[in-house]
Amino acid sequence: MNGLVTYITRRLGLTVLILLAVSFAVYVIFSLLPYDPAALTCGKSCNDPGIIAANRVRLGYDKPFWVQYWLFLSGLFVGRNFGTGAAAIFCPAPAFGYSFQQHACVTSLLGDALPVTIYLAVGALVLWLIVGVGLGIVSAKFKGKIWDTLSTAFVLVGTSLPTFLTGLMLIIFLVIKWDGSPFPSDGYTAPEEDFGQFLLSMVLPWITLAFAYAAIYTRFVRSQILEISTEDYIRTAKAKGLSDGVILGKHTLRAALAPIVTMAGLDFAGLLGGAILTEAVFNLPGMGRLSLTAVVDIDLPVIVATTIVAAAIVVVMNMILDIAYAFIDPRVRV
Amino acid sequence: MFSKEAEQKITGHSPRELAWRRFKSNKVALPALVIAVFIILAVVLAPVIYSILGIDPEARDANAIDNRGEIIGDFGGISWKHPFGVVPGIGYDTLARMLFGARVSFLIAVSATFVTVVLGLLFGILGGYFRGKVDGVIGRFTDFLLAFPQFFMILALSAPLVDRIQRSGIAHDNEARILYLIIIFSVFGWPYLSRIIRSQVISIRERDFVLSARALGASNTRILMKEVLPNVWTPIIIFVSLSLPGYLSAEAVFSYLGVGVQPPMPTLGVIIADSTHFMMNDATYFFIPSISLILLVLVFNLLGDALRDALDPKSET
Repeated sequence: MNGLVTYITRRLGLTVLILLAVSFAVYVIFSLLPYDPAALTCGKSCNDPGIIAANRVRLGYDKPFWVQYWLFLSGLFVGRNFGTGAAAIFCPAPAFGYSFQQHACVTSLLGDALPVTIYLAVGALVLWLIVGVGLGIVSAKFKGKIWDTLSTAFVLVGTSLPTFLTGLMLIIFLVIKWDGSPFPSDGYTAPEEDFGQFLLSMVLPWITLAFAYAAIYTRFVRSQILEISTEDYIRTAKAKGLSDGVILGKHTLRAALAPIVTMAGLDFAGLLGGAILTEAVFNLPGMGRLSLTAVVDIDLPVIVATTIVAAAIVVVMNMILDIAYAFIDPRVRV
Repeated sequence: MFSKEAEQKITGHSPRELAWRRFKSNKVALPALVIAVFIILAVVLAPVIYSILGIDPEARDANAIDNRGEIIGDFGGISWKHPFGVVPGIGYDTLARMLFGARVSFLIAVSATFVTVVLGLLFGILGGYFRGKVDGVIGRFTDFLLAFPQFFMILALSAPLVDRIQRSGIAHDNEARILYLIIIFSVFGWPYLSRIIRSQVISIRERDFVLSARALGASNTRILMKEVLPNVWTPIIIFVSLSLPGYLSAEAVFSYLGVGVQPPMPTLGVIIADSTHFMMNDATYFFIPSISLILLVLVFNLLGDALRDALDPKSET
């Protein structure tokens, strides 16, 4: 047990270091850009030197780089005041900055966008795991038969179809061409507002997002199962006279579970940073659309925040998976 | 007296012959190769096709659209004169636009693939051959690059870096955007190849023929050029055939999001993005370029898979 505690402590420490490095790298990259962040605060075509100078002081862009980075970091833990006195805007912790273009603390923008992306990613994850693992098993079991050929065709189409085209085609066939279609072509309804409408507005995005992943998982599960099937312990199980179902459930799938869970965890984490294409096609106000509009409007605080959050989710998920492994497999703890 | 098989001469086969044999025995490989060659020829020889079919990517056919810009005729105005229909609102010939656009898309994808391969090969060989500190630095740097949310970075850096390219005076407008896409795709693409090459080189450098070359006093440069390089072409061919379709669809994706090449210059992505504005009235203009892009990517993916199976039979499942 002691080894486990040491391992987890070390892994946590490493994660904190990586997060610091990533946040610093992102901060440096966006500071090196040929932009005056203060001039950007009042829109692309604004050049009132008074406002710009005031905002420069208010947002701390007048301070040296290291002080700026320190203010950014400390804001994450204790919140941050932008400006002084009565005109000050306070963003509570974790403060990622203040977006003058949207007149809001970046954290509250992230807070609005994150649930949408979580709903999108969770639904898609469930869908693609069911389809991908199911088809993978079927395809491996009937290797070389018609089902295998069909699922190979599905894999080919799924991996060749860019996500936005899947989404656009679904919109054409299931929304535009279908009179009285129950699906809205775009827009988002929050689940607490109208749950039925929420489900209807999410079905097409879920299918769109899950389609590409399902294809990748089908191929992966198939090759995993075929590889494991050649192992000695599977032969032993067969020799013992176990049924195909028991062998598949108790021996083959159990061995294939760890790599599938790892892959699913990382893909899911990647999506939480924003499923940009799906959100763009269906006009969902998630993390992806937040960062896309921030990029188009050059809203620097939002760009920095979404990039750091996206990277942080992946880093943290990596840590969770590693620690979960340590629980399952004692060899990892060394 | 002898059975027929025994009478046949036993002949040796070079690895290349064996690979070609495996490639031919794959049912989809040859059709995919033929279609891929056909597409590449069509893209390269686009001006010839324009003149044969009497189409022109820059010419507007005022007779094909009415005065509100809507296409005359069904199915996107497909006719003998315009085999793939016309572009609504402006009256360009869709096929000519697509060929022109595919040239730009291929320019981006081929150049990015080339730069990716050069970088991946260089750093992969350096890391794998010299090991030690060099390998450590390259390894950490690739880890660092792969840790970034690439999609975000490509989006976020597009405006400022295109701006910087323009100010430096190397290229302007769409040329600068094309240059940006080539650079950024390569920067985020090479670590994948470099890792493959590195592991390949690590196993090659310990092989007997490298040791004997070294024992004969061959210099590092000579060993790298004559012994190592000829043995890494298999992963490179496979990587090229799979990264080309990847970059083709990446171009389309970023153009769709509005951060790639800007109209009026067409690329496959720009044409598809443009077609979404007319989706409600007539989906033909959307489907023809979209399905072409899907088929393009599909054919190159099939070709890549077949090449991998033929050149690296162990990878086959």
